[in-house]
Amino acid sequence: MSYEAVIGLEVHAQLLTATKLFCGCRAAFGAAPNANTCEVCLGMPGVLPVLNRRAVELALRAAVALDCSVHTRSQWSRKNYFYPDLPKGYQISQYDQPVATAGHLDIELEGRTRRIGITRIHLEEDAGKNVHDEAMAGRRSYVDFNRGGTPLIEIVSEPDLRSAAEAAAYMRSLRRILRYLEVCDGNMEQGSLRCDANVSIRPEGEEQLGTRTELKNINSFRFVEAALRHEIVRQTEIIGDGGEIVQETRLWDSQAKVTRSMRSKEEAHDYRYFPDPDLPDLHIESAEIDKARQSLPELPAAKSRRYVDELHLTAYDAESLTEDPGVARFFEAALLHHANAKALANWINNDLARELGGRRIDSLHVTPQSLAELVALIDRGTISGKIAKDVFAEMAATGTSPGTVVAQKGLTQVTDTALIEAAADQAIAANPAAVAQLEAGKANALGYLVGAVMKQTGGKANPKLVNEILRRKLG
Amino acid sequence: MVDWTQCTLAQLSQGLAARAVTSVQVTRDCLARIEQIRPLGAFLFVDAQGAMAQAAAADARRASGRVNGPLDGVPLALKDIFLTEGVPTTCGSKILEGFVPPYDATVVRRWKAAGAVLVGKLNMDEFAMGSSTEHSAFAPARNPWDITRVPGGSSGGSAIAVSTGAVFGTLGTDTGGSIRQPAALCGVVGLKPTYGRVSRYGVIAYASSLDQVGPLARNVTDTAMLLASIAGHDPKDSTSADRPVPSYLAELESGVRGLRIGVPKEYFVEGLDGEVGSAVEAAQKAYEKLGATLVEISLPHTAYAIATYYLIATAEASSNLARYDGVRYGLRNDPGAGLIDMYFATRGAGFGSEVKRRIMLGTYALSAGYYEAYYGRAQKVRTLIARDFSRAFEQTDILLTPTTPAPAFRLGENADDPLQMYLADIYTVSANLAGLPGLSLPCGMTRGGLPIGMQILGSHWSEATVLRVARAFEREHDFAVRRPPA
Repeated sequence: MSYEAVIGLEVHAQLLTATKLFCGCRAAFGAAPNANTCEVCLGMPGVLPVLNRRAVELALRAAVALDCSVHTRSQWSRKNYFYPDLPKGYQISQYDQPVATAGHLDIELEGRTRRIGITRIHLEEDAGKNVHDEAMAGRRSYVDFNRGGTPLIEIVSEPDLRSAAEAAAYMRSLRRILRYLEVCDGNMEQGSLRCDANVSIRPEGEEQLGTRTELKNINSFRFVEAALRHEIVRQTEIIGDGGEIVQETRLWDSQAKVTRSMRSKEEAHDYRYFPDPDLPDLHIESAEIDKARQSLPELPAAKSRRYVDELHLTAYDAESLTEDPGVARFFEAALLHHANAKALANWINNDLARELGGRRIDSLHVTPQSLAELVALIDRGTISGKIAKDVFAEMAATGTSPGTVVAQKGLTQVTDTALIEAAADQAIAANPAAVAQLEAGKANALGYLVGAVMKQTGGKANPKLVNEILRRKLG
Repeated sequence: MVDWTQCTLAQLSQGLAARAVTSVQVTRDCLARIEQIRPLGAFLFVDAQGAMAQAAAADARRASGRVNGPLDGVPLALKDIFLTEGVPTTCGSKILEGFVPPYDATVVRRWKAAGAVLVGKLNMDEFAMGSSTEHSAFAPARNPWDITRVPGGSSGGSAIAVSTGAVFGTLGTDTGGSIRQPAALCGVVGLKPTYGRVSRYGVIAYASSLDQVGPLARNVTDTAMLLASIAGHDPKDSTSADRPVPSYLAELESGVRGLRIGVPKEYFVEGLDGEVGSAVEAAQKAYEKLGATLVEISLPHTAYAIATYYLIATAEASSNLARYDGVRYGLRNDPGAGLIDMYFATRGAGFGSEVKRRIMLGTYALSAGYYEAYYGRAQKVRTLIARDFSRAFEQTDILLTPTTPAPAFRLGENADDPLQMYLADIYTVSANLAGLPGLSLPCGMTRGGLPIGMQILGSHWSEATVLRVARAFEREHDFAVRRPPA
């Protein structure tokens, strides 16, 4: 029997606010332990939360981008459980009245578009982090509350995903949107984007859902597909052997590449949600919702489509350029200086991408203007594509403009036919064997002669002219 | 020579202004008085050194003509539920023994800015859970009128300190009657303002939707002055109201002529002590003589108030008290057998039996499968109770009731019967559920010499009216100036 997987994802995205959700502490990654804490986010006695409206604006932006209904009134609830990284013994979250519901996200996979339902989006505060002292052989732990109280949105999908690949595509697509909106930086390794998955399988064609497991600890982009694939195989094997799936929470072990049971349904927490009496209901004016809708930027899917339709880029190039909003911005800025979309796309997706190596594109020496200038130099025949690679390396290393590099290093392409003719004559005279081969019909011997001419001109001869001249002379 | 400790706050304020006395002199007298009343267990912490320094600073301000207002140099004290930077705050619990807060509650900041001399922290039922101050983890407090009896609670220390002349005013908190009931039992004035009138920031939470800060004082005028010193919006408390604070003194003496005073029939029923009932009825007649009209009204959901209160308050408490986990501050008992055992050992040793009882009740009320039947339904009844009051205030301006069903009971009398103690709140909890202001005013003495209090309830934000009504009675009677024998 053939089975299909049914997957729903719960994605936590850390919002790009300057401060935490309910106090004025900085919400920044990488500070010294407990540097970004105060009485409120440490859960001291007597403290009260005050909402950071900026977090609501970002949640609203995500909600309208995912076509959700945004609720003009939603409610804060307390999720109660004990853990050292949770200072108040409860997390302020939203429960039965979230800020937004009933949206969707279109994903593309192998040329097909699938619409994935978004059940809900709610706001909540993050917990701190337990740090276990390895030197003490696990006998001592510390808590770092820097992350405690930073704002998150949880985006819950419908169980509409049917494979590990679809789930990965959904995550990629969602991350791209959140980055475009400047709602979340999308960094899974640093934990600013996190994913839990509900997974079950059922016989193909069956309507009824199978027993599901919840997968946690999928803390890298690469793990989304791997963890789900493993879990689907595990469940298929159990059912294939006539077994039953146990409803439980499982952790992805990225070292062993397996999922492990964490707790069963019986051990599940009773979170005793109830409305937080310290916070009034969250009100969002409908005018604010309209404004958020109107001020949405062009989203990656639309942008990618436009690159294909209007700029005639390949789907692959368009996807690559739109993956990171900074890269798309760079591309569009360069395009204003020199309208060769195809060439700019190639440079950005290849040479510039290599140069980037994880850095932010706006931190590079190469600017949209200088890259456009480089492509223009090639297009005008001032330098060859080969020389351009050297010029690019210099630009990237020093920030010198391509025009200056070319001028300083005398890299201007030789288009003086007399000079090339002389070099061609010399090459023909010096390489009789190659000439003979060519005459015998071996066309690739021409390449050898072109190489010889280029070498003689220090690589600066216009290769098109060299070809033409050699052909004429040997024709 | 004037014994300033027997004067009112307003009198002292005038005395300080007239240079008839200095803050240092009166603070020293207060500290001596505190020493005298030590057996009553009113204080958990006396900051003698700090108080003398604050008093000296107040006198220096006055000498240089930079007085911060009527409270400048006046010795006051705080229930030990208010966080005080650098001064121990226990909330009457072992779990916070030795805890020294890193910040001041908003009302503490305001009192400091007003120049008040903060002499110490007052005894209370642990985490404000109780009506007798017997549930203090450190020592039970005693009623100054009869030391075999309780002072009421949970703000028992706050009532004793005012009643005995140890300080000129105190702050308490009132979740179900915790200001009004001890005020009644100790013979002082206590006011629970409208929910949202006073900031809760830095006040250790018991039940967040019910807790409200308020003053206890020797008379109505002092109460009005103290309310003015703490009322108003606080950006740090999202439930505090952003609306103007009226003058509480402007109309204090305007009387009650033409005012309609409602008498809820559900409050004068079986269980009400005869002497208390007569005293309140006498007060009703006194108001009629002063030109007010009495109107019998009905609050039909009164019978459900106690049950509703104990479901909501304990549910919120079970969550509010989760932070006392031994991880960051306060008591930690770690048997070295892992996290869960640390939690059990710490909370097991740190909380008293009444606190544990309420945490368990509240946890149960919020549990999956029970939430709707208990917490959900309690919220619905709460709405009905609030509606009862809205309807009543269409027919009347103010309500007059007993504060407590009986005068002060004996220590230990209700120790084995928590339900009996819960009934001591029967007349006070509704105001918390509905968020209304309520004031307890001395209105008589029992034949045995115990104070009797009556309660004046107003509509939302009507503190000025409540105080005016109280003042009209006080002017004609001398109960408020009586002092305990102690």
